[in-house]
Amino acid sequence: MLEVRDLVVSYGRVRAVKRISFAVEQGQVVSLLGTNGAGKTTTLRTVSGLHTPDSGEIWFDGERIDRLPAHKIVQRGLAHSPEGRRIFPRLTVVDNLMLGAFARRDRGAGADLARVYELFPILHERRNQPAGTFSGGEQQMLAIGRALMSRPRMLMLDEPSMGLSPLMMKRIMSTIAELKAEGVTILLVEQNASAALALADHGYVLEVGSIAFDDTGAKLLSDDRVRRTYLGED
Amino acid sequence: MDPAYFFQQLVNGLTLGSLFALIAVGYTVVYGIIQLINFAHGEIFMVGAFGALGTWIILGRAEITAWWMLPVMLVGAVGVSVLTALLMERFAYRPLRRAPRLAPLITAIGISVFLQEFVRLFYGPIPNGLQRLVFGDDIPFEFPDAKAAPRFPSIEGVSGGSFVIGGVTLQYAAIFTVVALVLCWIGLYFFVNRTRVGRAMQATAQDPDTARLMGIDVDRIIMVAFAVGAALAAVAGIAHGLQYTNIEFRMGFLAGLKAFTAAVLGGIGNINGAVVGGLVLGLVEVMATAFIPGTFGGSAWKDVWAFALLILVLVFRPQGLLGARVVDRA
Repeated sequence: MLEVRDLVVSYGRVRAVKRISFAVEQGQVVSLLGTNGAGKTTTLRTVSGLHTPDSGEIWFDGERIDRLPAHKIVQRGLAHSPEGRRIFPRLTVVDNLMLGAFARRDRGAGADLARVYELFPILHERRNQPAGTFSGGEQQMLAIGRALMSRPRMLMLDEPSMGLSPLMMKRIMSTIAELKAEGVTILLVEQNASAALALADHGYVLEVGSIAFDDTGAKLLSDDRVRRTYLGED
Repeated sequence: MDPAYFFQQLVNGLTLGSLFALIAVGYTVVYGIIQLINFAHGEIFMVGAFGALGTWIILGRAEITAWWMLPVMLVGAVGVSVLTALLMERFAYRPLRRAPRLAPLITAIGISVFLQEFVRLFYGPIPNGLQRLVFGDDIPFEFPDAKAAPRFPSIEGVSGGSFVIGGVTLQYAAIFTVVALVLCWIGLYFFVNRTRVGRAMQATAQDPDTARLMGIDVDRIIMVAFAVGAALAAVAGIAHGLQYTNIEFRMGFLAGLKAFTAAVLGGIGNINGAVVGGLVLGLVEVMATAFIPGTFGGSAWKDVWAFALLILVLVFRPQGLLGARVVDRA
């Protein structure tokens, strides 16, 4: 469904992503692991059109998208819930969610709004509150809900558990599992490697802008290198 | 003190303030989206007034003064101002979108001078000259020379007319200005808060990158911001013409600076702030002129008081009266 080939991305003179290639098949959850600065967020931002790559190709659903502006990529069914949640703080919850449906041309946003409220009842309770007054976990639910409002065929989640309490993190992870069960294709960037790999069909480990190795989620979970670096075990 | 005198000054202050407010919205909306102080915005107001005059010369054959000319002129003025603003955005600011902040600021000052000189040199001679090529000496639409501060068309029932209540004179042109501000403010409120494009504008102002991830074409939103500001400035251009009877190519400069002051006063980036800031600035300017006695009184000092207020606000309340955009990203 998504294929990235030999992608190179720079910020000014700093090369953040150095020739990486990976693929996400339809219905899969694929996880990108790596320490801070490994290039995970840059990769996601480039796939969704916020950065232009120096070289390489990005294909989504058989169409090359690496030269398209960001707003045209969402229209093709690839949604991105960015790092740090990035909800619109001075807009209400319902306005935030409806902006998630901005790219849609059909009239089905109402049904998806109901589905998001079902997934996260707290959003329904607080639908008329400005989103900036929310706790981190609630903002994360809003960010995921907002991305779902575009009815994406594929969803990219950047650090959905960052800064959350353990309880809230469990909620978010079980929501991602639910989405997976519904058949949503997901590209997941996550600090919490054990939670991410438990869900992932396949994982890629990034180190300073390159893919160091990759394998199925289950194999990576028991891989010594992963256990030492990302699961904090000796 | 004579209360009628005080109320007269109040009316005059609100009228002047409404004019500032209509222009100030354009500064604040554009700043809210791309953090650019568009110093050429005063010229958009001036161009609007000349656009209204041109519309009257062509569609009103320079003689119709019936009330219905006013909406016709309004359409012409808005059209000319919006077109000018969009061209300015496309060809002067968009190529500099990723340049250091100073580049578009200096460009704005350049465009301001360019537009003044363009109107000064071209407004009369060029359209008249082109017509002479086609029609000979007897041209159908004679444009006045912009250098001579041409007369603005006088509209029956609005220009020059007035009535008196309790010793306070209310000019129809002043009422037009205040009513125009109120209607524009209400219209803008609904546009920003109740429409899809309006909400997309707010989203873009709060977080442009994330707005793009929602599928919002940020370039389009920037164009909308310029167009909305230009439309209100065009309305102000007509209000100015009706009140002061003459228009000139330099009128946008000081009016633009005052409106910028108003936008900062209210909190730049905040639409309601621009309106409140405009009204407060108008009141301060008129009241200072009317009530400060002695050497510092009188209209010669009005600009001094207006900009003294700007400096005071920048020192003591830089976020403006209503507060500006704040960094509140979680």
